[in-house]
Amino acid sequence: MGRDLLNVDYGAGGVTTHFRSRPLGDDLHSETMILNMGPAHPATHGTVRLVAELSGEKILDADVEVGYLHRGFEKMCEHVDYNQVMPYTDRLNYVSPIINNVGWCLTVEKLLGITVPKRCQYIRVLLSEMSRVSDHLTCLGASAMELGAFTVMLYLIQAREYMWELIEEVTGARLTISYCRVGGLKADLPDGFADKVRKACQGVRAHLANADRLLSRNRIFLDRMCNVAPITREEAIAYSLSGPIGRASGFNYDVRKAFPYSSYEEFEFEVPLGSKGDNFDRFHVRLLEMEQSMRIIEQALDNMPDGPINVEDPHIVLEPKDRVYSSIDGMINHFELVIRGIEPPQGDVYLPVEGGNGELGFYAVSDGSGRPYKLHVRAPSFIHMGVMRKMLLGANIADVVPIFGMINMIGGECDR
Amino acid sequence: MSNTSTSQALLTLLGAKVGNLARDARIELGDVVISVERSQLKDLFQILRHDTQLAFDFFVSVTAVDWMDQRSERFELVYHLMSSAHLYRLRVKVCLPEEKPEIESAVALWPGADFMERECWDMYGIVFKGHPDLRRILMYEEFVGHPLRKDYPLQGKQPRIPLRAPEVQNTARDMLRPTLVQINRRAGAGSSPAGGASNSR
Repeated sequence: MGRDLLNVDYGAGGVTTHFRSRPLGDDLHSETMILNMGPAHPATHGTVRLVAELSGEKILDADVEVGYLHRGFEKMCEHVDYNQVMPYTDRLNYVSPIINNVGWCLTVEKLLGITVPKRCQYIRVLLSEMSRVSDHLTCLGASAMELGAFTVMLYLIQAREYMWELIEEVTGARLTISYCRVGGLKADLPDGFADKVRKACQGVRAHLANADRLLSRNRIFLDRMCNVAPITREEAIAYSLSGPIGRASGFNYDVRKAFPYSSYEEFEFEVPLGSKGDNFDRFHVRLLEMEQSMRIIEQALDNMPDGPINVEDPHIVLEPKDRVYSSIDGMINHFELVIRGIEPPQGDVYLPVEGGNGELGFYAVSDGSGRPYKLHVRAPSFIHMGVMRKMLLGANIADVVPIFGMINMIGGECDR
Repeated sequence: MSNTSTSQALLTLLGAKVGNLARDARIELGDVVISVERSQLKDLFQILRHDTQLAFDFFVSVTAVDWMDQRSERFELVYHLMSSAHLYRLRVKVCLPEEKPEIESAVALWPGADFMERECWDMYGIVFKGHPDLRRILMYEEFVGHPLRKDYPLQGKQPRIPLRAPEVQNTARDMLRPTLVQINRRAGAGSSPAGGASNSR
């Protein structure tokens, strides 16, 4: 650490890095080796570059370089109106886009000082939890595949498909769904949705049981995961780890419990905690969380209230089309909202939601116009990549891939 | 959405503990916000972090707001902190002038601030003094300017950067030595190495 800002040099192998081979001080006069992984590496699902300084197989130092997927999300959002930010939020954590949508909607609604109807809140919870399940399934499936368990990957991706098919049925898209609107939702749930979700949950449970049987007592898997990159509870807090990674270290913090939003306080669920904070705990916490998410899904289906899904305010939500085409004030409201956008009062607001990877927070500043003056996303993946160097120190080169897999960096969210 | 009684309790507690340091403490839209002079920030953070009744041990985020042409001090740094034991949330605001946007780094108190401060430097050009490794993080080293400042255009173009590594020394191509090439060619095309080279062209 403490490198000179301008001291960019070309190290071994033409790699641009601050690291330089140095003598290890042993009798053989051996030197450390600089190894470059990425940005496009077959074993890292995501564009990230890692430069490691090795002594044999041990990692002595590492530099984690992110930003290869930077698209200027925050800059773009300053130039569009509040509802037009929605498609950009889809592309943050693209495995669970509804959670990003919900987070952004709640932020603007907090700025506006409105609360959406109960049915809307329940639908948001329902779809958020379905997204969380698909997020965890992707993380576990990909990580298991990288450790050689290809069958598990197929099972879990099949399970994810059950969820995504239903999400597609509601929203019309699989990944970039843009389903939420400020003050409500794009549309209500289709008919017969509850039965399909219950059936899908059964399917997911069956596949999860298979994955559990294949992995949780598998000697090879345990040897690769247990006691690798442990993070204590104190370190987890100091390094701002939240979500499954923080909870695997025993840090009992879940935004859904600590700062309930969107009626989460009305649902009964538990927060699984790990004890060691190693890779296996991270894996296991995610596995258990999916069962809790499915509990929430079933409660949301059982107790789904009737009623409207949008707030009744023509300055926030578009008028129904029949009013737009048949009445003059409906037409004016529609026109005003499209041209001027939603105009929240001046102020700034921060709102966290529990994303698939941890606390996903939006900080928005409004200057009273129809566009956000500033928007900052607290992206959990980005913050968790900050601890990766610490996790890597002292690990073996073979542990890089499972450590990276369990951090579950999603490029769109990390690099924004 | 922290509830109002917690916010009120935190506000009272802050008044007792750091009332002399903070310029202003208030509740805005349910969030507790305190403003502080930049000279006081270090002391304030010490108390916020280490006082057992406050114990803000979780660094949530840091970002800046660029108030170009609107305020006398152009940048407003916005810190979000959380106390994991008491579940308090707090926003700390510090104003920085345009000419010298410098502030003490918080990495010594919260190691998790490392990447976030690097991002803030990258995007806004805020210098965090005492940061162990203040490099660009999302943009590349050769990038000119700070993209989230309001005077950086939305579709700003940057010059192409030259190839970073002009002297590559251990790729497979560099390892092909002339002697080896000549041996191969001699087998095919007569005795002289020069003739072999012209054949291959």
